[in-house]
Amino acid sequence: MNAPINMEKQLPGAGGKAGRLRLVVIGNGMAGCRAVEEILARDADRYDVTIFGAEPRVNYNRIMLSPVLAGDKTYEEIIINDRAWYDDNNIDLISGDAIIAIKRDAKEVVSASGRVTPYDKLLIASGSDPFIIPIPGHDLPAVVTFRDLDDVEKMLAAAEHGGNAVVIGGGLLGLEAAHGLSLRGMSVTVLHLMPTLMERQLDEAAGFLLKSELQRRGQTIITQADTAEILGDTHVTGVRLKDGTEIDADLVVMAVGIKPSVGLAKTAELAVERGIVVDDHMVTSDPDIFAVGECVQHRGTCYGLVAPLWEMCRALADFLTEKPSGYEGSATATKLKVSGIDLFSAGDFSGGEDVEDIVMRDATRGIYKRVLVKDNQLVGAVLYGDTVDGNWYFDLLKRGEDVSKIREALIFGQAFASGGETLDPDSAVAALSDDAEICGCNGVSKGQVVACINNGAGDLDGVRAGCKASASCGSCTNVVESLLSVTLGQDYGGARTITPMCNCTSFTHEDVRRNILEKNLTSIPQVMQELHWTTADGCASCRPALNYYLLCAWPEDHQEDPQSRFVNERMHANIQKDGTYSVVPRMWGGVTNPDELRAIADAADKYGARLLKVTGGQRLDIFGIKKGDLPAIWADLNAAGMVSGHAYGKSLRTVKTCVGSEWCRFGTQDSTGLGIKAEKMTWGSWMPHKFKIAVSGCPRNCAEASIKDLGIICVESGYELSVGGNGGIHLRGTDFLCKVESEEEALEYTAAFIQLYREEARYLDRTAPWVERVGMDYIKGRIVEDADGRRALQSRFLHAQSVLQKDPWAERVAGSEANLHRHIGEVRPLALMGSK
Amino acid sequence: MSDPIWIDIGPIDQLPTLGGRTLPVRGGQEIAVFRNSTGNIYALANRCPHKNGPLSEGIVHDTSVTCPLHNWRISLITGEALGEDKGCVPVIPVKIDAGRIYLDRAAALAGAV
Repeated sequence: MNAPINMEKQLPGAGGKAGRLRLVVIGNGMAGCRAVEEILARDADRYDVTIFGAEPRVNYNRIMLSPVLAGDKTYEEIIINDRAWYDDNNIDLISGDAIIAIKRDAKEVVSASGRVTPYDKLLIASGSDPFIIPIPGHDLPAVVTFRDLDDVEKMLAAAEHGGNAVVIGGGLLGLEAAHGLSLRGMSVTVLHLMPTLMERQLDEAAGFLLKSELQRRGQTIITQADTAEILGDTHVTGVRLKDGTEIDADLVVMAVGIKPSVGLAKTAELAVERGIVVDDHMVTSDPDIFAVGECVQHRGTCYGLVAPLWEMCRALADFLTEKPSGYEGSATATKLKVSGIDLFSAGDFSGGEDVEDIVMRDATRGIYKRVLVKDNQLVGAVLYGDTVDGNWYFDLLKRGEDVSKIREALIFGQAFASGGETLDPDSAVAALSDDAEICGCNGVSKGQVVACINNGAGDLDGVRAGCKASASCGSCTNVVESLLSVTLGQDYGGARTITPMCNCTSFTHEDVRRNILEKNLTSIPQVMQELHWTTADGCASCRPALNYYLLCAWPEDHQEDPQSRFVNERMHANIQKDGTYSVVPRMWGGVTNPDELRAIADAADKYGARLLKVTGGQRLDIFGIKKGDLPAIWADLNAAGMVSGHAYGKSLRTVKTCVGSEWCRFGTQDSTGLGIKAEKMTWGSWMPHKFKIAVSGCPRNCAEASIKDLGIICVESGYELSVGGNGGIHLRGTDFLCKVESEEEALEYTAAFIQLYREEARYLDRTAPWVERVGMDYIKGRIVEDADGRRALQSRFLHAQSVLQKDPWAERVAGSEANLHRHIGEVRPLALMGSK
Repeated sequence: MSDPIWIDIGPIDQLPTLGGRTLPVRGGQEIAVFRNSTGNIYALANRCPHKNGPLSEGIVHDTSVTCPLHNWRISLITGEALGEDKGCVPVIPVKIDAGRIYLDRAAALAGAV
C-alpha cells in the first residue's frame, strides 16, 4: 500500500546534525530499542536518534521480570542495552520524562517536563498498559499490576512480610507472578474467570495438568472465579468473589491482560482501533509516524508476545533504510516461565473437522502432547511435560512444511520423525535400539519384548502376559503391535480384536473401569489424561460413559458434569421430536390417589400439555412441556408430594406391580407393597442403562415380570426372582435366579443384583445382553452362592443410594443449573431497529 | 464489502464449557450458541438438518455437536453433517470482543420478519 518514502526529497527539511534525519522514539522498551538497533545495523549514519522513556532506566528485558520476581535473576542481569550502548551510538536517552503530546503539524513531541523535540520521523513504541478491572478497592495500596520493574519491586516488598497473595488472572503473566510470590514465601491464591488456566494457549487437557501441578505445589487455584471487590479500607485485607467467597489477602496482583497503549496516538488523531493501525511497513496513518510492538494493530491483530516484535522491527528498519521487506504477521508460540513446569503452545489448536488431531499422553511421565495437522501442514501444537520439540514444531508450523511423510511419527518428536524419509510406524519401531524403553509403566525394553515374542508370545495378550509390556496403561499398545509385526513377519495374525469404548481410546469399557478404581481417577479430564485419550475432550459416546463410571466408582466424591450427560438426564425430562419435553412424576409401584391425579391434571392444564398418556410402566406422561416451564411444573408436582419419575434416565425407571393378595382373589403375596418397597429403595439410582422391575402377585404374572430387568413373581411359598428380561427389539424372557422366602431377602437380592449390574456392565448395556455375555452361572455365583459377596454388593448399593438418592426436580426447583432452562436472550428485530 | 453489523448477546461466561444455549429470534429461526473446550464460541440455527432436533441440547466435543435426537454429528464451524450423514444447517458468524459475544446481525435475522 504505502510505497517506500523517497528520503532524498525530504532531506532539505531535515534539521539534524550533519544533515541527518531526526528520528525520535517514544518508548525505551524492548520494541523501541530493538527498532533502533535494527536501523543502526543497516545504516548507522542515516538518523540522529532520541529515545524517550517513561521509566527512569535503560532498556531491560521485560519478559525476564518473572525470573527477577522468582529470584532467578537480578535486574542487572536482564538489562539489554546499558548506558554505554546509548553513548556509543550517539543516542540521546531521555528517561523518566514521558512524552505527553505529538504535534503533527509542527512535527514536534512534547514531554511531561515541557521539553519540545522536533522530529523528521517519529516511532511510537509505547507498548501496552495492564488492564485494571474497575472493581471497588482496585485503587488500594498493595493492589499491583505486573508490567514493569516498579511492580516487581512492590511485590518483593510485600513478600518480605509473608502473608497471603491473591493473583487475579490465571494467564501466562498471572501464573508467573503467582509462582514468584509463592517462591518468595507468600501463600498464593490464583483467581481465574475461565474454567481453564491459560485458556488462550492451552486446551482443557493441558490446562487441567497445569492446574493439578500448581495445586500440588501448594497454590490455591480457583477457576470460574469472578472477582466482585477488593476488601479493605486503607490497606488490602481480602478479595470477595461474586458468589460471596472471601479470600484473605495482603497483596493483590491484577494480571488480567494488557491493552495497547494508544492514548498519545489517539490524541494526535492517528488511526487507532484496538491498537495503532499500521501497514506492512509499520507506517501509521501519518507517513512520517511509525509504530512497533504491543501498541500496534497489524492486519487486525494486536500481539502481546515478544517474537512478533522482533519481526516488526526488522520490517520497519528495512523500510526506513529503503529496502522495504514488509511484515506479514506472526505465528506465535508461548512458553511458561515457571521452573519445573514445561509447557509450550503455538498456533491454532481449536481443531475443526478438516484438522487432524494427533494426541499422545504418557501418564507415567506426566506428558501431554497434541499436534494439529491441516492440509498436510502443522497448524498448532500444545505440549505439556516435554517441550523439547516445541521449537521444532514451531519451525515446521512457521515454514508451513509438508509433514505428510513424517505424519505417523510426528507426535514422537524430531529425533524420531527425522530418522528417514519413509517412516511407517513399523520401521520406526524397528529402528529403535534394543534397550529403548517400550513400556514406561513396567520398565520393559524393546529387547525384552522381542525376546518375549521369540519365546512364543504370538499376540498382544501373549506379550502382556509374558513381559508385562502394554499390560498397565496400554499406551504402548501400538508399539508392541508393531514389534509383533516386525518380529513375526507373516506369522503375525494381526492386531487382536478388542472393542474399545469408542474411537477416542484403545481401552475397553472394562479396562477403563478397572483403571478408575486402581488409579483412583476422579474426574473425566483425569481419566482422559491417565488413559491416553486420543481426542482432547472425548465424544458423545465416551463422555456420558465416563461420567457414569466415575459416579458408580466414587458416589461420595462425584462431581457431576452436566455437559457429559445426554440431554434427557441433563434436563431431567424426555426430549420429544419437536424439542419439547415430557414429564413423568413418580407413582410408587404404580399406585396413585385423587390428590396426585388432580395435581397432574392441573399441571397439564396450566402448562398447556398436548397429551396425557398412561405409560407401559404404570405412570402418567405429560407431553409438550417447554424447557423453560420445566422447573415450574416440577415445583407444582413437588408441592403435591411427587418426585421425579426418572422416565428419562439410564436409571431405575419403574417398579410395575399388580394388586396382589390385598385385592386379587388369585394373589399369593402383597405384590403392590413389595413393589413400593423396592421402588423406594432403588429410585434415583443411576445405571449403565434403564432398569425396570416388576412384581407380580401370582404366576399369572399380570405385571409382566418375565420381560423386566428384574422380575419378582410371588408364589405361596415365597418369591421367585429372575433377571435379564427385555420386551424391546429383541424379546427375551428372564432367566431364573433363585427363590427366596421373605420380602427382606427379595429386597437384598434385588439390591445386590442391581449393584453387580451397575459395577460390571458396560455403559448402555441393558441387563439382557450383559447377562448373556457373562452367563447366569456367573450371576448366580455372585448373588446366590456367595452370601458375603451378596451382602457386600447390597451394602455398596445402599451406601451409594444414601448419597445419590435425591430428587433432581427439587434441586432444579431450588435454582440449581437454572441456565439450562433459560434462553441466553432473545433477538427482537424491531426493537433492534429502535422502533419498538 | 461493507462490515457486518454485530449484535451483542452478552458475556462468554453465560455459556458452560462444552455446552450450548438458545437464543430465540422473534419471527425467525432460533439460534443455538455453543462453547467448546478451547473457549471458542459458535452459533448455528438450532435445527438439525436430519429431523430438526434442537442442537443446543446436544453433547459438544472438539468442534462438533452431536444432535440429541438421533446422534447426527454437526460441525460447529461449517454447519455440515459429519461422517456418513448429509445435510447442512446455517452458521451465524460470531466475533468475541472484550469477553462478549457478538453475532452477525444479518445472518442472525435471516428469514425473520
